[in-house]
Amino acid sequence: MWFLVSSMKVEASACGQNMQPLLKVENLVKRYARRSLVGAREELLALDGVSFTIFPGTTLAVVGESGSGKSTLASCLACLESPTTGNIWFEGKDIVKLEERARRQVRPKIQLIFQDPASSLNPRWSVLDILIEPLILESKFTREEMKQRASSLLERVGLSPDIVERPPSELSGGQRQRLAIARALALEPKLLILDEALSALDCSVQAQIANLLMDLQSSLGMTYLFITHDLAMAGHLADDLAVMNRGRIVEQGPAEEILKQPGHETTRQLLAAVPRMIRALPELEQQ
Amino acid sequence: MRYLLGRLSHALFLLAGVSILAFLFTALAPGNYFDEMRLSPQIGAETIAALRAQYGFDKPLPVRYVSWLSSVIHGEMGFSFAYNSPVAPLLLVRARNTLLLTITATLLAWAIALPLGVWSAERVGRMPDRLLSWGTAALLVIPDLALALGLLVFAVRSGWFPTGGMASVDFETLSPLSKLRDLALHMILPVTALVLSSLPLLVRHVRAAVADVLNAPFLLAALGHGIPRRTLLYRYALPAAANPLISLFGFSIGVLLSGSLLIEVVMSWPGLGPLLLEAILARDLYVVVGEVLFSTLFLVGGNLLADFLLYWADPRIRTESSAR
Amino acid sequence: MTSVLEIQDLQVSYRSRGGALSPALAGVSFGLMPGEIMGVLGESGSGKSTLAVSVVRLLPGNGEIIRGAVHFEGKDLLRARPDELQQIRGRRISLIFQEPSLALHPTMRAGEQVRQVLAAHGSPGKSTLSERTRQVLAEVFPEEADRIRRSYPHQLSGGQRQRVLIAQAMACGPSVVIADEPTASLDAATQMEILAVFRTLRERGGLAMIFITHNPALLSGFADRVLILYGGRVVECGPAEAVLASPRHPYTKALFESIPAVSEGRANGRKTKLPVILGDSSRSSLPRRGCPFEPRCTEKMNICREREPALVNLSEFHVVSCFKYES
Repeated sequence: MWFLVSSMKVEASACGQNMQPLLKVENLVKRYARRSLVGAREELLALDGVSFTIFPGTTLAVVGESGSGKSTLASCLACLESPTTGNIWFEGKDIVKLEERARRQVRPKIQLIFQDPASSLNPRWSVLDILIEPLILESKFTREEMKQRASSLLERVGLSPDIVERPPSELSGGQRQRLAIARALALEPKLLILDEALSALDCSVQAQIANLLMDLQSSLGMTYLFITHDLAMAGHLADDLAVMNRGRIVEQGPAEEILKQPGHETTRQLLAAVPRMIRALPELEQQ
Repeated sequence: MRYLLGRLSHALFLLAGVSILAFLFTALAPGNYFDEMRLSPQIGAETIAALRAQYGFDKPLPVRYVSWLSSVIHGEMGFSFAYNSPVAPLLLVRARNTLLLTITATLLAWAIALPLGVWSAERVGRMPDRLLSWGTAALLVIPDLALALGLLVFAVRSGWFPTGGMASVDFETLSPLSKLRDLALHMILPVTALVLSSLPLLVRHVRAAVADVLNAPFLLAALGHGIPRRTLLYRYALPAAANPLISLFGFSIGVLLSGSLLIEVVMSWPGLGPLLLEAILARDLYVVVGEVLFSTLFLVGGNLLADFLLYWADPRIRTESSAR
Repeated sequence: MTSVLEIQDLQVSYRSRGGALSPALAGVSFGLMPGEIMGVLGESGSGKSTLAVSVVRLLPGNGEIIRGAVHFEGKDLLRARPDELQQIRGRRISLIFQEPSLALHPTMRAGEQVRQVLAAHGSPGKSTLSERTRQVLAEVFPEEADRIRRSYPHQLSGGQRQRVLIAQAMACGPSVVIADEPTASLDAATQMEILAVFRTLRERGGLAMIFITHNPALLSGFADRVLILYGGRVVECGPAEAVLASPRHPYTKALFESIPAVSEGRANGRKTKLPVILGDSSRSSLPRRGCPFEPRCTEKMNICREREPALVNLSEFHVVSCFKYES
């Protein structure tokens, strides 16, 4: 009886979850201490008080030049590094303050996809091995179950199941990135952090993966933190946009608004640097 | 700078630790120099006890260690019972003989291995490279002992080379030039044995390191700039392949005193090798400890040299990377 | 005006371990005019990098030139002697590779690497070499040339490393520069800087450039002509404004449509999917016969499976290889 009541309680709060942010970052600071050979201790301030919120089922794009702190942000959020100070609230819990055992429960829910598909996949393993590795670590499934999950994951990302025995070196860049996404999905994460995940791909392949990400968002309710220096793709995929410069967020808000009317100098500079295509005018198409 | 000082202090710690261990193990090993004497009925028990007291054998181990340490600092390194003299001058003479062999052999081996390895790396997979690989593998498989003995047999059969030792019987009577020639003749076989035994490892390492680099993008880019082949190999490829080779060179230096033991013994070369063997058999404690310490000095020194060379040769170790 | 570099029917294949030949370039022809920037647009499997290295015969061990000719300064480079080639590479035709972090020697200072290029092509005394090195670096680094000269590659940023590569390429004053994705690993602002550097160098006069990329937006306002490579073949080639603004080949059209633009608003404020080309362009998925783009083309016809289309003149300068335009 008690079990029934508590599960109903969970359902009830899940409905209200849509109003609750999935991820809330407060005043995140990350300092790196570097000891130069001369003797002085240099400090690198990678993140200088970053705060933002992401609601479930939405995409936040973080844009900035190299060195602005975007990748440090990704590592801190994915629990690969610990911030110097600040809070990261994930589903209501502060994951910075959690101890290791509790944090291990949270880690599967936040997955990271890297820029270079070649170096984030073990070249000596087959596609199947790569896919079931996270499942093995969870140690909840039999071999048969894992194979089935692997097949359904491949289908979900648009890969044909018969690549299962191949090594990643035989896949194209786009296929490898799809594989990386499939591996990330294996643990049913709530948040996917994409650190320049499209930057190394051909233009037409970027479009394919972008569409896949949109599909997954509408079918699985995935939430994305999309880190990129490609403003055009950011504007296309994101609901909200945050512009970073030297470890700080200098502007944030709904993506469309910011791109139409950039407020901060950094945003204007980034917009100016986007290479523009000459677009075909509709009349010319008739010829 | 901090990096180098760190390596230096690390090395000093190592030396101290090894000296303690060497002393401990040798002193604790069963038997001592006086056991043989005990077997002889002519020497009475009181004589032995007096001798033991004279050499401090009845004092506890730490005390003996400390007195040995002070002897080292005074340049004597303990006392050899068998030779009835301080250890240090004994070791120095023998070390000089050993170094004569090993330095020549090491220089020769590297002088052959570098061009051979580079030549082989340029032709990876093709017939000449494969033949060389089989050759080095064969050499690697032959034990040093067999090499040394084989060369001795050759010396005996052909009569071209002396069959051991460092000098002929009439060495002292020869003119300086003849002395040199005599020395050289005696050195040829042991040096050959040493070179043959160390060559395969060196060639394989040089080949592997250079072959790796020859595939690197920066080499292709340099080719695209029209850099001529010789410059490409020796100014671009070899320096980039240097890191593992520098470490290997440090190791080569490290074994200068210890690597030739077998060959010295077989070919009767009066170096540290035969001395060590005798001392162990006779339980000549301080000679053994002294030699171990000497060899360790070289080993640690060789590694330290490698660290210093790496620091000098690779700017990535030397400087911090700044802008990314 | 005669072309400074003329490529005729270039066919290049790679031999796999098992001995089978897989084609990378299946007959590419075009001419590069003096002083023009030719943008070569291609994605993975198009053969663009093979094109870059084939011109100066820098193919890897398993690459084979099946047929074709590359005419430059009165010689056919594909049949030149090795010593002639060594004199041409870096001095008359320069190659700029992608991945500047890998294309520079890790333990040699940047200045020294430029100096080596100058030394390789017979510059007189040592002091002249150093002087010339400084000059070359000053052209590409107007401000911090001296610091860059003394720095090692790992101390430089991505953009700075790329400029060092450019300095090496320009050092001996070549007449042709082939740049293979020079801005691929750089962020947008640095990309713009590097393109500006190239523009300045072109304005100095006499330099013809082949700029290989997979991003058409980079060629806008930069390239004079654009050539589209697909499956090792030229599928479209013409003046940049014509090709970029009104592409004719189905592949070119579909490629441009799949690139998001910043200024496009959203329908109903909701995100829309990008029109994509289904499938992928890797070498292994190319058809054996017929048009290479046929499996993915939305406008295919029966004839596309049977024969390869020839290049058709749409106008005097704009050619396309598609049956749609064959009368």
